[in-house]
Amino acid sequence: MSDATHGSNGQSGASQTVCLVLVEADGDAVCEATRQALTVARELAGTVEAVVLAADEELARRLAPALAAEGVARVHAVTDPLLAEYGPEAFGAALAQLIRSVEPTGVVAPGTARGNEIMAHAAAVTELSLATGCVAIAVDGDAWSVTRQRWGGVLWEDATLAASVKLATLAPHAVAVQPTPGLEHATVSTFACDLDPTLARTQVAQRTPLGAGVTLSTAPVVVSGGRGVGSAEGFAVLEELAERLGGAVGCSRVATNNGWRPHADQVGQTGTRIAPNLYIACGISGATQHWVGCKDAQRILAINTDPEASLVQRADYAVIGDVQTVLRAVVDELDRARQPADAGAGG
Amino acid sequence: MCVKRAPAPGAKIPLTADGSAIDTRNLGFTMSPHEECAVEEAVRLVEAHGGSATVMTLGPPEAAEQMRDGIATGADHGVLVETDRTDWDPQATAAALGEAIAQLQQEGARFDLVLFGNESADAAHEQVSVRVAHRLGLPIVNGIKGLETSDGHVALRRDTAAGSERYEVPLPAAVAVKKGLNLPRYPALKGRMRARKATVRTIAALHHPGGLTSHGLRYPPDETTETEILGRGADAAPRVVELLGEEGLT
Ligand SMILES: Cc1cc2nc3c(=O)[nH]c(=O)nc-3n(C[C@H](O)[C@H](O)[C@H](O)COP(=O)(O)OP(=O)(O)OC[C@H]3O[C@@H](n4cnc5c(N)ncnc54)[C@H](O)[C@@H]3O)c2cc1C
Ligand SMILES: Nc1ncnc2c1ncn2[C@@H]1O[C@H](COP(=O)(O)O)[C@@H](O)[C@H]1O
Repeated sequence: MSDATHGSNGQSGASQTVCLVLVEADGDAVCEATRQALTVARELAGTVEAVVLAADEELARRLAPALAAEGVARVHAVTDPLLAEYGPEAFGAALAQLIRSVEPTGVVAPGTARGNEIMAHAAAVTELSLATGCVAIAVDGDAWSVTRQRWGGVLWEDATLAASVKLATLAPHAVAVQPTPGLEHATVSTFACDLDPTLARTQVAQRTPLGAGVTLSTAPVVVSGGRGVGSAEGFAVLEELAERLGGAVGCSRVATNNGWRPHADQVGQTGTRIAPNLYIACGISGATQHWVGCKDAQRILAINTDPEASLVQRADYAVIGDVQTVLRAVVDELDRARQPADAGAGG
Repeated sequence: MCVKRAPAPGAKIPLTADGSAIDTRNLGFTMSPHEECAVEEAVRLVEAHGGSATVMTLGPPEAAEQMRDGIATGADHGVLVETDRTDWDPQATAAALGEAIAQLQQEGARFDLVLFGNESADAAHEQVSVRVAHRLGLPIVNGIKGLETSDGHVALRRDTAAGSERYEVPLPAAVAVKKGLNLPRYPALKGRMRARKATVRTIAALHHPGGLTSHGLRYPPDETTETEILGRGADAAPRVVELLGEEGLT
């Protein structure tokens, strides 16, 4: 299965443990979540090696300099024609084959939707244990002690992960990337795997790119409404404000369940998790399941009739009052504040 | 479809004094919203194409309540894979669910689709579904928000940051779905009556523990912030606009 260029563990001595990190690429760059995984992995083993899954070695070669800068000496280019397009079964099986060949002490992956999915498949194939959504991982004898998110991060669970090869994914934003002395060069070792062609059954058949315009997950400002907005029509003033600020409109589950907004707008545990610069929460109480979707915002402004509401307590700023009254006044004030400049330009 | 019983907390989740578990004395129980969509989708498929829908849950005897919720929504059969009252790790859960489904198949049941939630509400391991599918030799894709069956295939759609992906998977298949796939109906009174009367099958679960051992729950380090009250009602508008200015938005 492994071709000539793929050695066992290279020059590393018997005492050298290897931890693999699954790389998620963002074009030709290593994504932030992968850099976080590399930061954690460096504390777990003597050597950290990277894993790039693709049809050929091209991608691994392009990413190698960035990975070397993160202290990675070896990049495993795991290749198979089936890896030309994403497919959870093929990607998981490919990683499983590499795990069996390298026998690392563990594998850490970014806890993105795709990272979790590939690791779940690799875990199912190898029958190894997997801890997803970790916020901390430490070596504990032969095992790893992990802290993982439950309830979308509202609670933490302490657990022991015991397995010949430990598999873990890291919750996004859980750790800060630490600088490390980089290396000049990372060796690319090709591991040509041997995938069952039937795994093409779960390959992506078609991709549709996103249309233009701001989206909930990338908008710098999100104006979000809950039960306190009162009706579908009540969202008009939220739309007005969002449009003026170049932002998007979000909502709570009550708003989607009442049919006031499409589910695509829902923020929270079962909606979208967002991290805008500013989150304006209008008539939203701040239930746990909503909070986990907006807590990564840089700043939160809550507008609520109830000063005791959980979201008001946890926000940076709050206005106590009726959503419609407050937002109407804010939009009018904003238009007034912007007017002199326009008038000047016009005259 | 596989659903899991989980507490339904409010804004704060109460823990027992020793921090080992959630204090459920004053909480109701529910299934995860993703799983509600899995149940709704199965019921719609049966309504459109015939056949039957079976809802399965692994848990203590009380988990029969979530199974009956599934029947109230329109599922035909319920199977409780009964455990003790401990929280099973994902490998043990998947092994027992896989064995139970295999047992039903040996008895002659044929499943075209096995539906899961993308993740359970409480544990969110994102892997029980995938492990069960592998045990049954079924293809599986996670995070699905669009599902359409055609002759021998199911077309699946999932959203990504860059757009959406479409999969064409041959049946039988497993699918882990996300909230937003459909709008689950509220069970009608008739459904509730039926659920109360429905007989549910119980299969004893064998415990094959995996390598993930929980030591308890705790609250993350405090993230509370000092809230600055900008004002009351319409009078607060100038301060809000000032704040928007500080954020570079005016
Ligand atoms: C497993 C699970 C997953 C869930 N996932 C999500 C999720 O992803 N996202 C989500 O949002 N929820 C989710 N929920 C639901 C969540 O628990 C809450 O029920 C929901 O977030 C409450 O929405 P809300 O704040 O709009 O409504 P409420 O909790 O009813 O709060 C309404 C708020 O509006 C205020 N208000 C009322 N009138 C006015 C007015 N005129 N002006 C100003 N303020 C006013 C009230 O003081 C109150 O604070 C989930 C629940 C479960 C069990
Ligand atoms: N105890 C259980 N009983 C039935 N189904 C379960 C159970 N645990 C998990 N599942 C299913 O597997 C999915 C993923 O669970 P998890 O891996 O815990 O995130 C859930 O949404 C359910 O569909």
